Amino acid sequence: MALMIGIPREIHAGERRVAATPETSTQLMKLGYRVVLERGAGNAAQWTDAAYEAVGVTIVPDAATLWQQADIVLKVRPPEIDAVTGQLESHGLRAGSILIAFLWPAQHPTLLESFKIQGITAISMDAVPRISRAQKLDALSSMANIAGYRAIIEAAQHFGRFFTGQITAAGKVPPAKVMIIGAGVAGLAAIGAARSLGAIVRAFDTRPEVKQQIESMGAEFLELDFQEEGSGSGGYAKQMSAEFIAAEMALFAAQAREVDIIVTTALIPGKPAPRLITAEMVAGMKPGSVIVDLAAEQGGNCECTVPGEVAMVNGVSVIGYTDLPSRLAAQSSQLYGTNLRHLLTDMTPAKDGQLVVNMEDDVIRTATVVHQGHVTWPAPPLKIQAVAPPKPAASAPVAPKHGESSGPAKASTLITVFGLGFLAFLLVGLYAPAAFLPHFTVFVLACFVGYQVVWNVTPALHTPLMSVTNAISGIIVLGALLQLANPEGTVVALAVFSVLIATINIAGGFRVTQRMLNMFRKD
Amino acid sequence: MGNGLLTVSYIAAAILFILSLGGLSRQDTARRGNLYGAMGMALAVGATLLSGQVGHLGWLVPAILVGAGVGWMLAVRVEMTQMPELVAILHSFVGLAATLVGYASTLDTQGHFEGAELSVHRTEIFVGIFIGALTFTGSLVAFGKLRGSISGKALTLPGRHLLNGGVILISIYLGSLFIGADGPVAPLLPLVIMTALALFIGFHLVMAIGGADMPVVVSMLNSYSGWAAAATGFMLSNDLLIVTGALVGSSGAILSYIMCRAMNRSFISVILGGFGNVTSSASTASGPAGEVVAVNAEETAQMLADSQSVIIVPGYGMAVAQAQGVISEITQRLRTRGVSVRFAIHPVAGRLPGHMNVLLAEAKVPYDIVLEMDEINQDFPDTDVVLVVGANDIVNPSAQEDPGSPIAGMPVLEVWKAKTVVVFKRSMATGYSGVENPLFHKENARMLFGDAKKSVDTILSHLPS
Repeated sequence: MALMIGIPREIHAGERRVAATPETSTQLMKLGYRVVLERGAGNAAQWTDAAYEAVGVTIVPDAATLWQQADIVLKVRPPEIDAVTGQLESHGLRAGSILIAFLWPAQHPTLLESFKIQGITAISMDAVPRISRAQKLDALSSMANIAGYRAIIEAAQHFGRFFTGQITAAGKVPPAKVMIIGAGVAGLAAIGAARSLGAIVRAFDTRPEVKQQIESMGAEFLELDFQEEGSGSGGYAKQMSAEFIAAEMALFAAQAREVDIIVTTALIPGKPAPRLITAEMVAGMKPGSVIVDLAAEQGGNCECTVPGEVAMVNGVSVIGYTDLPSRLAAQSSQLYGTNLRHLLTDMTPAKDGQLVVNMEDDVIRTATVVHQGHVTWPAPPLKIQAVAPPKPAASAPVAPKHGESSGPAKASTLITVFGLGFLAFLLVGLYAPAAFLPHFTVFVLACFVGYQVVWNVTPALHTPLMSVTNAISGIIVLGALLQLANPEGTVVALAVFSVLIATINIAGGFRVTQRMLNMFRKD
Repeated sequence: MGNGLLTVSYIAAAILFILSLGGLSRQDTARRGNLYGAMGMALAVGATLLSGQVGHLGWLVPAILVGAGVGWMLAVRVEMTQMPELVAILHSFVGLAATLVGYASTLDTQGHFEGAELSVHRTEIFVGIFIGALTFTGSLVAFGKLRGSISGKALTLPGRHLLNGGVILISIYLGSLFIGADGPVAPLLPLVIMTALALFIGFHLVMAIGGADMPVVVSMLNSYSGWAAAATGFMLSNDLLIVTGALVGSSGAILSYIMCRAMNRSFISVILGGFGNVTSSASTASGPAGEVVAVNAEETAQMLADSQSVIIVPGYGMAVAQAQGVISEITQRLRTRGVSVRFAIHPVAGRLPGHMNVLLAEAKVPYDIVLEMDEINQDFPDTDVVLVVGANDIVNPSAQEDPGSPIAGMPVLEVWKAKTVVVFKRSMATGYSGVENPLFHKENARMLFGDAKKSVDTILSHLPS
């Protein structure tokens, strides 16, 4: 008999997400499961009961029925005390059943105890290890991505101006400047969203290795003049030293005066969120600026943050919403539902609707917090390094490049060049006739002007530059012209012929340059 | 027009030329730069004509009209792929003109030079003719090599450095004879012999340079033509000629230097020639490992359609096959499908600096997706498909991996870091430098054999629109 998956309605106030969409339900049924949904569970995320029924999901009228019938319950938030019945949502779940949700085991030890007593197996989506193989289960990243995007949308809502700079008939609009603190998934998503709205984006992170990621998203990486490795295990940041934090705070204070929008995403696992934006920094911001604090739930990165609300401080809106993914419920339900579906695919090897909790599997072992009457959280640390190994302290010296030439010239070369130049000038000065010297001056100066003018040419323009200099070197026609005053026949003949070919050069050179330049166009 | 006015016009013309070169170094000011150049030239020529120092207008006006007409026609008619040849042949004209002006000046008996001044004047004539003649034949050989009517292989005569050195020494000796000679006819003999020698040096110098170094040679000749003009300016005591010649000469020299640096080649060794013939001894000894995997155009089209990001690396082969138009269409079609398509241009791709940029611009590829090597090299690892169209040495990994390779240390486009590289090639032959390319044997490399034009046509027709 195929197991039954139940999708209850989220009872947490303001929670709009749902653990399965019609699309992911279809996928679950393909694994052999039956799916039941509590009536109205998808409403807040814009999916009607009819949409679920259309793909074959059974609708049950109330929560009590669902929790009793289901063998596996998929949820978003951890079970809570139901205000109507006064009991924990999950109390109706039968022994041996499985509950999968964001359980936050560190914050809810009593919940784990109740699961243990009930004989439930509990799998916490936030405990999925961050290894490559488990990326498709990484619901935290899915939610962080949405939170980062939504943070910018919320900021735009409270920000009184365009993000993109514009010059219109009604005046010039400067682009908004956005600073993102913390370049995790949420931070990078925020960079992307802010960039695509046209803002100037800077980002800061304690981990130097994310610089490239920040730059790849099109933001500027704010650097500190301070060396300290900020990478902890599992790709998260670790706590930094006091000196580092002082340098960091100075940077933030300077930036706060300049930028219009700050998005903070700094979290250290298992610790309250670090205080990065002080009340003074907020006071230093321009009125109308916006701060979005994605760490509000963990106490906030900003001193002025009120979790769940928008606080107005000296004309600065400090957004402390803790439910950003829920504010994009359809999208987050879809992504979360897909993460759950991937998990169930892994746990249903035979695709026969029978779930196997394989405690030998690192990923399943780590995510499972209660199993067969034992609290199995926290799991033993994984042997493999989570993300990229930290850089070796002393990186191997880069192999010397062949014929290094881009740097400034070597001292010895310079001395030789100057020495030769000095000698040449000395000889000219001593022996050349007076009439020669003014011309010589002009010549030497013109060489240097040519050098200065051409040195920074863009490679794309090499050909046009060459053809224009070619045309200009047709100036030799002047020489021929001046010789035409001569009465002698041979001289005139030579001069006329010179004029002819030099003119070909001039006309051809300028014309072809113009032709080439006309072809260069921008999209 | 008085002398004062003429001088002032010359100063104005010189300023316009400087602005012209400065303008040409950036895209947004380039067009204005060209205009300044033309204005400067018109001003200089106009002022000289009006100065009253020019006679024989009956001969002059037709000469100017015919010259301008021919030049204009050449410029309008020339195919963009033949640009290098046009530039080379135009250089030869400047060289020839400088030589002729030098001779005319020698024959001019109206000069009032005596003693040291005569020596200086004669030296100037001598140097002017030497550089002019050298530029003339050198440019003709470059023209022939670029057209393919002369083999691109470097001609290395035994003891060629000795030969060149000897010729220069003889020329210096002839110069001293020329300066010391009296009367109208006596100086001519050493001058003519020297001209013949200079013509030979120009020929020999460029013959000794391999085809791959042609971009550098063309810009060197550009520089020579400038020096020839400057020497003529000294000869005629004309400051505008000196300024302009020096501008062109130094800018050409710098352009060549920039290109040599891009190839990580010593400037001197390129100028002395002989590079193109070096056979790869060390790298063939080991022999590239791995198999060559062929792919057909239909599969390539599918690959392109399924990718997110594509980088196209064009080389001289694209110019030869005239494939840039179709590639531009493929680019447009892929971009409307949401595929990111960019072009990676190696500084020495093609036979003329900036050659590829000009061809792509002609084919209406927007210049903001055409990137330089340094801008794009780090993006290859995130790229799904790289198309290498008619390029070889500039994508050769042995420049980085094999210290024994003749092109070791030359900066190259790191195409092999992409997920898949498709190389358009006629056969397994080596590039201009004659070096084996282990890229073709890499696991992620696919060879698309055949004529590049036909291949891209087939790809375009199989690309879903």
